[in-house]
Amino acid sequence: MIRVTLPWHLRNLARVDSEVMLAVAGQVTQRSVLDALEEAYPVLRGTIRDHDTAKRRPFLRFFACEEDLSHESPDAPLPEAVVNGKEPFMVVGAIAGG
Amino acid sequence: MSGVRVLVGTKKGAFTLESDGKRETWQVNGPHFGGWEIYHLKGSPADPNRLYASQSSGWFGQLIQRSSDGGKTWAPVGNKFTYDGVPGTHQWYDGTPHPWEFKRVWHLEPSLTNPDHVYAGVEDAAMFQTTDGGQNWSELPGLRGHGSGATWSPGAGGLGLHTILLDPSNPKRMFIAISAAGAFRTDDGGGSWKPINQGLHSQYIPDPKAETGHCVHRIAMHKSRPETLYMQKHWDVLRTDNAGDSWQEVSGNLPTDFGFVIDVHAHEPETIYVVPIKSDSEHFPPDGKLRVYRSRSGGNEWEALTRGLPQQDCYVNVLRDAMAIDSMDSCGVYFGTTGGQVYASTDGGDNWSAIVRDLPAVLSVEVQTLR
Repeated sequence: MIRVTLPWHLRNLARVDSEVMLAVAGQVTQRSVLDALEEAYPVLRGTIRDHDTAKRRPFLRFFACEEDLSHESPDAPLPEAVVNGKEPFMVVGAIAGG
Repeated sequence: MSGVRVLVGTKKGAFTLESDGKRETWQVNGPHFGGWEIYHLKGSPADPNRLYASQSSGWFGQLIQRSSDGGKTWAPVGNKFTYDGVPGTHQWYDGTPHPWEFKRVWHLEPSLTNPDHVYAGVEDAAMFQTTDGGQNWSELPGLRGHGSGATWSPGAGGLGLHTILLDPSNPKRMFIAISAAGAFRTDDGGGSWKPINQGLHSQYIPDPKAETGHCVHRIAMHKSRPETLYMQKHWDVLRTDNAGDSWQEVSGNLPTDFGFVIDVHAHEPETIYVVPIKSDSEHFPPDGKLRVYRSRSGGNEWEALTRGLPQQDCYVNVLRDAMAIDSMDSCGVYFGTTGGQVYASTDGGDNWSAIVRDLPAVLSVEVQTLR
């Protein structure tokens, strides 16, 4: 299972209070993880990625294994530690604004 | 039993303020959606328990929330706003073409007859509608496509479609306003639109009398006279008596004709309200005095209403969607400030009091009269 952590506002929106556990079919990439996340929680559609372009929203970042993966290809394989559930895939709200 | 419900959108959440018909004591409910910008929320005239809210954030984008119990509980509905066809470009601040990009919903206007039918005014300026209670939204493309869309440019706050007025006597006729493109009217239910800006004069555009490009801040209508509209423009207060075909300035003796809100008394179609704001950069009341101005003659002759409002050291703003009118026998007038106060008058503006005073900055105020 893939572990995904969400910012507080998105946890509220999805009505989850901790990490989300997802079964991801096929190769584990940013795209496949986010596809599975949005399938499980449709309310999150449009809040992390643009509806039409599927681009990451500007003030969100993707971290895993102490690395910023935000600028990696959405189809690049995620680290093995994410694939085997040792580390979470983190959706992080940028520190911006007040 | 009658009562009123005031719907308040703020920079950090939504609130509902409820009172009985006396409007003396208030129950404050909220915040709903704490931490999110609530540009607007509004109830269906056909079903007062059906409410819609525009919830947005710079981080997470746009959501639409719907309530079926008068705001006690809410559920997110559809949030996909995709422009029809190839979006094309409008004019950017520097005059260059800029792709049309959806940013947020500024205003939600439920149909007068169907709780599931709602219009949405969005930034970058366009009009959308849903006919299934908010699950799916589609653009009314005739507005952006009518010809001048490529020349529209944003005001300081963005290229927002902020006002939607539905003609109660003609379901095919609607009026909208955009900063900074101007006012437009449709007579065929939104299929086609025409600019209705003749008589507007704006020194800040190259041709002060241009067909479009005017920074209209708000327009208002009395339901008994849908051909008469009142406008607060970036500068100037105006009226039309022919559904926007021509406008006349009625700023009269206002201390400044800059401001954002304008509204009409529930029972007196020639009684209108504005809140003058100083200049187009300071954005606070003249002389630190928060004054509502009332005209009982449809403009030109204005009186200051000050009883109960701060008359010194007050430097708040009142934003364009932040005034509303109830339809109780003694008409109630409400407005919210960027300082977080919501003021109410239960006697048509003669006397005011704050019904709540420490909310986040108020973006919008609507009121429902519950019978």
